[in-house]
Order: sequence, then C-alpha cells, then structure tokens
Amino acid sequence: MRGFINYLTGIVRGVWSLVLGMMVTGKYFFSPWKIVTQQYPENRKKLVMYDRFRGEVIMPHNANNEHKCTGCGICEINCPNGTIEVISKQILLDDGKKKRALDKHIYRLGMCTFCALCVKTCPSDALTFSQEFEHAVFNRAQLNKILNKEGSTLMKGVE
Amino acid sequence: MEEDVLLDLEKEEYIINMGPQHPSTHGVLRLVLSLKGEIVKNIEPHCGYIHRGIEKMCEKLTYQQIIHLTDRLDYLSAMINNEAVCLCVENALQIEVPERVKYIRTIMDELQRIASHQLWWCSFGMDLGGLTCFFYGLRDREKVLDIFEESIGSRLILSYYTPGGLMNDIHPNFQKNVKKFIKYFRKILPEYDQLLTGNVIMQERCKGVGFLSKEDAINYGVTGPSGRGSGFSCDIRKHAPYGVYDKVDFKEILFNEGDTFARYQVRMFEMRESMKIIEQLIDNIPEGDYTAKMKPIIKLPEGEYYQRVEACRGEFGVYIESKGEKYPYRLKLRSPNFSNLSALNAIAKNQKIADLVAIGASLDYVIPDIDR
Ligand code: SF4
Ligand code: SF4
Repeated sequence: MRGFINYLTGIVRGVWSLVLGMMVTGKYFFSPWKIVTQQYPENRKKLVMYDRFRGEVIMPHNANNEHKCTGCGICEINCPNGTIEVISKQILLDDGKKKRALDKHIYRLGMCTFCALCVKTCPSDALTFSQEFEHAVFNRAQLNKILNKEGSTLMKGVE
Repeated sequence: MEEDVLLDLEKEEYIINMGPQHPSTHGVLRLVLSLKGEIVKNIEPHCGYIHRGIEKMCEKLTYQQIIHLTDRLDYLSAMINNEAVCLCVENALQIEVPERVKYIRTIMDELQRIASHQLWWCSFGMDLGGLTCFFYGLRDREKVLDIFEESIGSRLILSYYTPGGLMNDIHPNFQKNVKKFIKYFRKILPEYDQLLTGNVIMQERCKGVGFLSKEDAINYGVTGPSGRGSGFSCDIRKHAPYGVYDKVDFKEILFNEGDTFARYQVRMFEMRESMKIIEQLIDNIPEGDYTAKMKPIIKLPEGEYYQRVEACRGEFGVYIESKGEKYPYRLKLRSPNFSNLSALNAIAKNQKIADLVAIGASLDYVIPDIDR
C-alpha cells in the first residue's frame, strides 16, 4: 500500500514540476514584448556597435588626405600573425635631406585575430579599429587591404 | 581486422563512433565506444581533430603576443587563461600590478565565469532535450557579452589583459552596467531552477547517474566544478589566491554525491558565488593606472615559472621555461578539460549510452582546450 502511495505522490510531484517549468515558458509566451531577438538584416540601418568594438583595423585620414603613419614598422613587428606589412620609401625633403615615409600599409583582414596589439603599440596612434562587422566578400583577395589612401601624405607635426 | 570484428561479435560487444561531428560532444571530439546492447563498456577518446600546436607556436611569440593564443584554448574562459599567462610573467619579473588592475581582473574573471556557466547551462539543457534552456541561457549571456564588448571591444576572444595590466581602462558605464546585470540575473536565476533544476525528467536522468568518487577525482586530476561535485576541494581561488580573491568573502561550493546532478548543482551555486564576489568589489575599484610601467620588450630572467588559476572548468596552469630571451624556451599549458576527459571512462563505464550524453554535458568539456 505504502509503495502505491509513493508511486502516486511521485507522479503528482513530477507533473507539478513540469507545470512549474511551463509557467516560466508560458510567462514569456504571453508577454512577447520581453523577447529580445534582434531582427538582424532588417535593423541594419539602426544597428550601432559600441565605439570600442574591434571591427577591422583602419588608418584614419583627415580632410586633406593626411594620415599619421610614419612607416616605422613597429606594428608589423608586434603583430603575432604577420597580418601587417609596412612598405616604406625614401622621400626627398625641401632642404635636400632624405626621410623615410610610408609607401603602402598592407593589412590582410583574413589573417587578423583582432588582438589590438598593433593599435596599442603604434607610437603615433595612426591605427584604430572601425566598427564595421560585415566582412564577408566573394573573393579572398578582397580581404587584403591597403590602409593608406592613394596620394595620402604624413600629417604635419607627426614625427 | 576481420578477426577483431568476429571476436567483438562473440563477446556481443560492438564499436561505434560518437563524433567527431556529434552535437553532444560540443566540438570535434571522437569517442570510440564499445557497447553491449546499450550499455557502455569502454570509451576511448580520440583527440587531435582541432590540434593547432599552440604550445609550439608560443615558442616564437613574445609574451604580449602569447596572450591572444591563450584565448583560443578554452574560449569560454578566455579572460582567465589570459590572466594565467600575465600572472606568470608578472611573477617572474616580480612586478607589482596596480590595485585597480587586480580589482578589475577579478571582476572580469567572475563575469567570465558567469558567462561560461550560463552557456554550460544552455547546452546541458539542450543535451537533455530541453531546447528552451538554450534560448534563455543565451539571452542572459548576451548581457555579459555586451558588458565585455563595451569595455574591451570583443565578445568571445577577448585579449584584454597584457603582462603588467590591461589593454585599456574600463568603460565609464562599466560599473553601472555590471550592477544592472547582477540585479537582473539575481531575479532570473530562480527561473533557471524552476525550469530545469526542479524538472522531474532532468532529475531522473541525473541523480545517481555517472558517479565519480573523490578518490577517482583526485587520481585523474578532475578539477573545477566537476571535481568539486565529488567533494574534492580544489578551488585555486581559495587554496592559492591571486588577484583580490583573498580579500573577498565567498564559499567554495562542495557537493559529496559525485553524480551528474551534484556537478550540475555546483555550477548553479557557483554562479551565485560569482555574483557575490562581484558585488563586493564593484563599488570599491580603486583609482589608479590601468597598467604598470612595462618595457616594450619583456625578457624573463632565466628559470622556470609556474602559475595556476581557477578557470571555469578547473585548474589551468602555465609553465614557462625561459632562457633569458624575449621568447619562452618552452611553454606548457595544463588544461583542465584534458584531465577531466581522462576520467570519462571511469565515470561512464557500465552506464547507458543515453546517460553518456548527460555525463558529457555535466563534465562540460571544451574541445579546443583538450587538443590545444
Ligand atoms: S601604423 Fe604606426 S606602428 Fe605601423 S608603421 Fe605606421 S606609425 Fe609605425
Ligand atoms: S589586431 Fe592583432 S592580428 Fe590584427 S593586425 Fe593588429 S596586431 Fe595583427
């Protein structure tokens, strides 16, 4: 007899535990405004990332097409993956002296692990992260980017 | 080969592969099971499907660069792995990091632990057939990841600590958002219990299943919540405190049952303890620098260094042998999941194959940490 009663209470307890669980799911079922799903492709226009978000490495240019990179190559040394390649050139200054300047700053997005070491170690703060996160392209070669723009020069006052 | 098969058939044992692509192994782990009917007689884990040679790669990287590889071991405790390397280097150089760094690191570690246990809860529920848990758990984990994203910029692969301090200071909103999250999560956690812990199906499947004795836990080196579910007191935060763990008041959660349900309970209570730790620290973050003065090139003095921390799944250790150069001569990682996996045969032997899924979920292994 006792076994039978235990059996019955077991069933009741079990069903009650299921009801308790259903109460949680039911609560969300009947209050759909608590649902937090983001409708991603539809909300692209309004989607704002945090300003520290590590999207991809970029080199900001000002209105005169000037950047801060001196071509020192420190970011290249610090990158753990060989993502960055800095090609520098010699330019002739007005007073006849030669000076090193940046020719191409090559950044291979496909090899970047977003560790932020380049951004942090750059002595002239020439690099930063953009908030771009949609990186998909059709061709792998498109992931290799040249960060300094065509015809850009070094900003005045940056050594 | 044919003879082997015949022999197996004679014993009525047969071999099946679970994985490498199986949803309940949580990654590319291959378990070769020999079964008798649906009773598991032997388990042979085959590792190496995601082996990347991280230890070897570290021999050609500077100490700052190593950090970003440790993220990729147990990616769910990335913060804590980073901290192990940082502490090891800092101890070797005998640098004292600012108090502020210690506080922030401890808070971040505990946030990471909560996020990790939330994801574990998601997948635990899903492995036992409750997909709802998965959505609810991820919904709340998102809140922690948002906190990370605001301060650090990344969500999973964090690379936030550097030897000597932090990459950047916390965001001005950090304290406010953490407090908001704690308040929210305290309210939500009973819902987790209501939904899954009390559930009769889940209890029937977990109680008394997958027993691991304390002796076995110690012998196999099962640490973390899995070891503590067997009564093995192994919390590094208590036994060898780092950061500011010696200043905060928290309990080491111990359960003596040693079954799947005990391992589940340990993690559920650990989330509460983590919240307690964060609450004690969040208002008291001292002012100061977010990094100590470091040379751009770090060279460790010749010698051997070891540092262990409590990662989300157990004891994570970093052993560095330095020859005085800017690269380590050898770097060895003691990953918790590898040892935890080694106990799987002892735990799941003579259990049903369906229970193996529950046991695997309760051990909570992360495969990149096993293979490294
Ligand atoms: S980006 Fe910065 S570190 Fe890299 S070459 Fe230019 S100035 Fe040097
Ligand atoms: S973020 Fe890291 S991996 Fe990417 S380019 Fe900079 S240093 Fe290299």
